[in-house]
Amino acid sequence: MDLLTPDLGLLFWQVVVFLGLFLILRAFAWKPITESLNERENNIQSALDLAEKTRLEMTALKADNEKLLAQARSEREAILRGAKETADKMLAETREKASAEGQRILEQARESMQNERVALVAQMKKEVVTLSLDIAEKVLRKELSDKASQEKLVTDLVSNSRLN
Amino acid sequence: MLRSAINRILLATALIVSSLVGAQAQEHGHEGEAHANHAGEAKATKGKFDVGGMIMHHIKDDYGWEFAHGVTLPLPVILYSKDRGLEVFSSSNLAHGATYNGYKSEHAKIHRVNETGEVDHEAKIYNFSITKNVASLLLSAVILLLVFSAVSRGYAKNKGKAPSGLQSFLEPIILFVRDEIAKPSIGPKYTKFLPYLLTLFFFILVNNLLGLLPGAANLTGNITVTLVLAVITFLIVTFSGNKHYWLHILKPTGVPVALLPIMIPVEIVGVFMKPLSLMIRLFANITAGHIIILSLLGLIFMANNMGGMGTSIAISPVVLFFTLFLNLIELLVAFLQAFIFTLLTAMYIGSAVEEHHDADHGIGYEGTTSELG
Repeated sequence: MDLLTPDLGLLFWQVVVFLGLFLILRAFAWKPITESLNERENNIQSALDLAEKTRLEMTALKADNEKLLAQARSEREAILRGAKETADKMLAETREKASAEGQRILEQARESMQNERVALVAQMKKEVVTLSLDIAEKVLRKELSDKASQEKLVTDLVSNSRLN
Repeated sequence: MLRSAINRILLATALIVSSLVGAQAQEHGHEGEAHANHAGEAKATKGKFDVGGMIMHHIKDDYGWEFAHGVTLPLPVILYSKDRGLEVFSSSNLAHGATYNGYKSEHAKIHRVNETGEVDHEAKIYNFSITKNVASLLLSAVILLLVFSAVSRGYAKNKGKAPSGLQSFLEPIILFVRDEIAKPSIGPKYTKFLPYLLTLFFFILVNNLLGLLPGAANLTGNITVTLVLAVITFLIVTFSGNKHYWLHILKPTGVPVALLPIMIPVEIVGVFMKPLSLMIRLFANITAGHIIILSLLGLIFMANNMGGMGTSIAISPVVLFFTLFLNLIELLVAFLQAFIFTLLTAMYIGSAVEEHHDADHGIGYEGTTSELG
């Protein structure tokens, strides 16, 4: 048992105990421990991978959403533009129609006015004729009480009358 | 690259620290021996305290486990001899040089005693006694089994959950051995060697720490123990060595043919020097640490021898301060030496199993520098 000389008994026990310890620990400690550690590391890695994948998916989804949004916006604009065009067209059409109608009504009114006037003039002419005839008759009746005046009148009438 | 650089720096620091401690220990060792002789003579005449003897008694193996002066746990003595077969008896029977059953312990060795009472050096006895070191070895084995079965149970219990308790305390160390020692040194084939490296690391660590306890055995500072560990490492390296490893020894790359007669013997010596350095480094570091601490404490008793009670009381605070400081250093050394032994073992295995031929130069150089430690 000197300091520098190996001792047989301790050598024997050290070999037996250390190898025994190694075999037992390898089977019952190191194997489950390293397996659990690996498993946990794999879990963490897969969780991280999944998170990364989800993040990418989210980005893709967001891009999709934005695309959809842009599409919707442009569609909305197109619809609005269409609606405005339609409205403008309708307005123009209506205005045109209204003005045409007004024109037509105006024309009609003018026409009827013309007719009225013509009728009025005809009527008036008729009345004037009747009245004149009446007056003439009365005047004649009074004037033509004598023969000379009768003849004078006829002569006047004939000279003055114009064939209208 | 960065990791291997850090490893090298760590290793270099470790080697420097260990060589410093080793050098100090040598001085102290010589002092201790000198004092042992001197004090031995003194003891015979004046009955003074023998510091060297005390130190040697503490760092060497013993048949009983002496926790404090006079408090000794008797341990079984197991002897085998061809003529008398297997014999088992308590170590207390041999205490203080007593003769029991024809055996006598002389200079911590058990010898046969013949009828006339003379020690018979001729008789061949195989001594498988459960000595103090063996008892400490068994104790450490029990501790390791209890601790790691608890840790292993923790992994079964906390499956898919965060580690807890002892498990979370030891997990970083297990991961350190795996990720900082095994993986970078051995490479992709590390899984095969990881159980050995873990066992080695924790065995050395636990025994280093146990050795620091007062009254404990000096197991990792025993050359037999470090010899066994180094031989196991040597066998693993040798039997897992691939074509490149042997080829590198027989025909080192980049070496001129004229140098081969020198280089091949150097390489072959290197194969044996590596485990030898492992054996001596651990033994020397741990024993040195024990000797330093015991020498410092011994100063108190030497002061008593020389100047009486007053002197010894006066120097006690200073000595205690230094002892405390060195105990902390030893605590560091306990981890450091476990780390170095495991790291170098991993590097030697790595150089033996490496597929890449050119890459093992670095490790080869580390191997040579490590012998200086």
